[in-house]
Order: sequence, then structure tokens, then C-alpha cells
Amino acid sequence: MSNFSTDDNVAEATQPMTRAEKRQARRMRRFDNPWLNPKLLWGAGLLLGIVLLGILGRILWNLDLVFTGSATLKLPPVGFENLRRQPGVWDHPLGTDGSGRDMLALIVIGAPNSLFVGLLASLIGMTTGIVLGFTAGFVGGRTDDVIRVLSDVMITIPPLLILVVFQSAFGDVSLTMMALLIAGFVWQSPTRLIRAQVLSMKQSGYVQMARLSGAPTSHIMFREMLPNLIPYLFGSFIANVTTSIVTAVGLEVLGLGPQRIPTLGRTIYEAINAGALIQNLWWWWGIPTLLLAVMFIGLLLINLGLDEVSNPRLRRLS
Amino acid sequence: MSRIPRSYLLNRLVTLVLTILIAATLIWIIPRLSPVDPAEIALGRMAAGAGSVANADEILAQLRAQMGIDQPLIIQYFKYLGGVLVFDFGLSTASFPTPVSALIAQALPWTLGLMVLSLVITFVIGNLLGALMVWERSPRLVKVAIPAAMVFTSIPPILSGLLLMWIFAAKLQWFPLTGSYGLTVEPGWSWDFAQSVIHHGFLPALSIIVVTFGFWALGMRGLMITVQGEDYTTLAKAKGLRPRYILYRYMIRNAILPQITAFALKIGLLIAGQVLVERIFAYNGMGKLLYDAILDQDFPVIQGVSYVIILMTALSVFLVDLVYPFIDPRVRHEAA
Repeated sequence: MSNFSTDDNVAEATQPMTRAEKRQARRMRRFDNPWLNPKLLWGAGLLLGIVLLGILGRILWNLDLVFTGSATLKLPPVGFENLRRQPGVWDHPLGTDGSGRDMLALIVIGAPNSLFVGLLASLIGMTTGIVLGFTAGFVGGRTDDVIRVLSDVMITIPPLLILVVFQSAFGDVSLTMMALLIAGFVWQSPTRLIRAQVLSMKQSGYVQMARLSGAPTSHIMFREMLPNLIPYLFGSFIANVTTSIVTAVGLEVLGLGPQRIPTLGRTIYEAINAGALIQNLWWWWGIPTLLLAVMFIGLLLINLGLDEVSNPRLRRLS
Repeated sequence: MSRIPRSYLLNRLVTLVLTILIAATLIWIIPRLSPVDPAEIALGRMAAGAGSVANADEILAQLRAQMGIDQPLIIQYFKYLGGVLVFDFGLSTASFPTPVSALIAQALPWTLGLMVLSLVITFVIGNLLGALMVWERSPRLVKVAIPAAMVFTSIPPILSGLLLMWIFAAKLQWFPLTGSYGLTVEPGWSWDFAQSVIHHGFLPALSIIVVTFGFWALGMRGLMITVQGEDYTTLAKAKGLRPRYILYRYMIRNAILPQITAFALKIGLLIAGQVLVERIFAYNGMGKLLYDAILDQDFPVIQGVSYVIILMTALSVFLVDLVYPFIDPRVRHEAA
């Protein structure tokens, strides 16, 4: 089958391929384009599902149900009974929480919120990291020392604890504010990564060549070096999204974070405080937990997929 | 000590001191920027207890003097730094007049115990499994089952904690739901107490272990793939050394070095995760102390706990850096 071969001068196969051969051929094609590996696609699919939940939910579901007391308290999801022997109803397919809020409306609003915090914080951290990393790698000298020591120092300080101090002093924060605060703690690892890569790339042949042919520094940075960094940057970006969401959820579970907007972490916080575990109100804490788990698994799969892109040794045909 | 190059040691020491200084300063500055006045919170607490408070202004002034917040900021700052060095964070406002350091001293052993135990277990299990995933002689089951199980290791321990708590404590009732030892046992060096502590600590430790071993396994897998292709591995095989000997002494021995550095980078997140696990299990450690302090708006305790945890993180990073030259002699030779 010539369309599975990289060589043009091959005779057409005379026999149809067996299943094993077809599988092998699929793997070969995948090998040609590392960005199409199944882990990456599955991970992206899971995250897309959460975004879709947010979009479709806003169109199809009545979000006023997210207000306290808009329904009977502690109703179970459809098909289950709660301790008071009330069956679930289709008006609230995922049940209601301890103050009568509809779980479906809660997650439609809450799940994209968590993702938003993660993406925004990581984006800001990434941009800062790219700027600082390139500066440190290119300028060198005293500037490099300051940036290196500062990122070494900040990487050991767990963001959660500083943010706990911040939020308990300032009280309520908005979602964007929380993302900005977290961003202050996720620029270190991209900075270190890019600095190290820039230092090693500076010695490489193609950069030396560009420099000798008189290319401006900005050209070397953005046209010669940056494209080579893309898989690493993506990987570091996704890892930071995970860190940011973990930090945000951590704050919410401690009862900090935004107080007036539904978030998954805050829902879990309220469920624990109301003793949902003993009362067997599993849907109250279970549904947000499950969604967060899906989000983290999606991010991990994307990260593993990106690893295969940047480290071809992990791609195997077997 | 003479075997560690001085420049390396100096570099690490500067990082350690700077980390502690920056963390302490952040913790001090942030509440000062906030409009909330701790004296008013204390007064509010008194008013809530007594119904009404006479001479509120006088009491406020006295409280401010007692807390030292009537002095210029710069003096406050240096007094604070001096206090922090000897672990003096002032008095708790919620359980007045207990010193914050006494509260922390009570909670710290629990946190440290849980941390060391779960860290050691995850590090050993994770690295071993990661190595087995690459090793050509490991059973097929290992190569299929571990990657599948590892998907769940991206989840923060608080979520696995909730799940384990629901299954094993609420549903099956094999383990107690909350606390770090039973109400009926007397704390002390007795068998009953130890049994109760293990019984209570099992689920918190497990919820940390199941979600963190994958981090090490993943890293180890990547490193092992690199080591597998090295010439010395091929040579060892060609010499006819026993496969198990090659695995432990040649492959893992070399692959584990970057993992130890990763340990230093990861430890902050691990400790933060553990704080949350302690909070949901109401485990008597720093996490519960922090959570209670947040509820009570007890600033000295929040500051003290945050500082001590950051200090713990910085010190463990420093220790790893200090031990590293002994594990990887190349660091010693390069600088010499």
C-alpha cells in the first residue's frame, strides 16, 4: 500500500492487509505527525468537554437555579433516593445541595471558572517566564544572577501559604484577582526552563550562523530559538495550569477564594462543612470532585502527549 | 564538609537565607496592606463574648499597644524579624493568651510524621515502578497496569482523600472518619495509642501516596529510557552481568540522580497538598491549625503556620542540595 509508505517506488501490495498490519500502518502515520498522538487528543477532548459543558449549560439550563433556596434541599440525582426517601426528579437531574441549589447549574458555572483561573494564571506566568528567561539567557551578567537567584528562591515557596495569608487579610477576591495572585507564583519554572535552553542553544550551530550573518537579536530570539522551544513551552504551560488549579481549589477548600461566585472547590468546602460524607450526600461533593478529576486527568494526558512530541524516544511502535 | 566545594555551599546558603527572608517579609507585609485592623477584630471578639464593651477607644489603644502596632512600621518589621528567628510569633488571638509557637509545637510532630512517612513510601514505590516500566525483563502486567493506574495520579490528594474517606470511613467504616487518634486513648508511649495513631493516620497517608507516586514513576520512566540507551548499560549486558544487578547498580543508580533534584522542586507542592489533606481529615497537624485560624481570623497563627511550613520546605531543599554532591560525585569534581 503505497499511501502508507514513505518510499515512492514500492509495488502495490497484492494481498489485503491483515488487521495487525493496518494497526501498524496507523501507528506509522501517527509517527509521522507527533502532534496527533492519542494521549494529546484524549486530553484535549476531556478539557473541551468541560468547556462545552459550560457553553451548552448556559444555553440550555436555567442558571437562576444556582441561587440558595431555589429548590428542595438535598435532593439526590435522578435514579437515587436520599436518606429521607425522596427520589431524584428531572427538574434537578444531578440533585441539589444542602441549601437547595441545583447541582447541574452549580457545575455549569463552577467548572469553567476553575479552568479559567488556571489558564489565565498560567498564561501570565508563561509570558513573564519567556521574557525573564530570554533576558537572563541573553543579557547574562548581573541581570542573569538576579533573575536566577530570584526564581530559585520563589520556586521553593509554596504559593498556597502566601495566598492563604493574603486572602485571610483581604477577605473576598474576584476570580480574576485570584488568577493574578496565583500568576505571581507560576513564572519561576518557565523562567528556569527557558534560561537553561537559551544558554545551551546559544552555543548551537544555527544560532551562531544567524549571529554571524548579522541577524538582529530579536530575530534570533523569536524566529530561530522560540520555535524550537514550543514543545517545552507547551509542556510547562500545561503543568502550570495544573498547579494553578490545584492552588485555587486548595484555597477554596480552605474557605478562601471568591465567596460569591460558585466554584467547584467552594462547593466541596460547603459539603465537607455540612457533613455531607456522613449523611451520604455523595452527589454534593462527588460531582465537583469528579469534574476536577476529569480536568486534571485531561491536563496530565496532554502533558504526556507533549512529552512524546518533545522526546521522540518515548514514542514506540510496539 | 571539606569535600563539598565552598562556592556551591555558599550559593545554596544564600538561596536558603533569601528564601526565608523573602517569605517572612511577604507574610509580614501582606496583612499590613489590608484595611483590616487586627485590634478591631480582637475587640469585636470581646464584644461578641460580653454583649457590649465600654470605653471601646481606650481598649483599642491598649490592644494596639499590646500587639505593637502603634509603633512605626520599620520598628515593627525588625521586631517581627527578630521574633521570627526564635520562632516567636506573638500570642494567638483566638485562644488568647497561648503563644503561637506552643500551638505549632503541638501540631508539628503530626505533620512531620505523616510527611516523612508518605514521602519515603511514594519516593521508593514511584521510582521502582517507573524503573520497572522500562526494564525489559519486568512482567507484562507491570507494563500494562501501571500506566493505566497512573492516570489517576494527576489528581490532587484532597480529591483522593475525599473518595477514600467516603469509601473506607463513611461506607465500610474500616477506618475512623476524622482525627489523629481515638478519643478514648490517652496520648503516650503505649501500644493502644500507637495502634490508634496508625489506624487514624492510614487513610490520610494513603490518599497522599496513591496520587503522588505517579509523579516519580513518570519522571523515572523518562530517565530510564535515556539510561537504557547508554553505552555503559550495553557494556554491562555484554559482560554478562546479572540483569537484576544491571537494573539496580547501573540503571537505577544513574537514573535516580535527577529525581533527587526534582524532589527539591516538588516538595513545596507536596507539603501544601498535605495541609489540605489534614484539613479534610481534621488531622491534628498544621493543616487543621491553619484552617481553624482562618475561620477565627487568627492572624498570628496564620502567619506562624505559613512561615514554619515555608521554612520546612526551604530547609528540606537545602538538605537535598547538601547531600547531593555525595550522591553524585560529578558535582564535587566540576567545581574543584
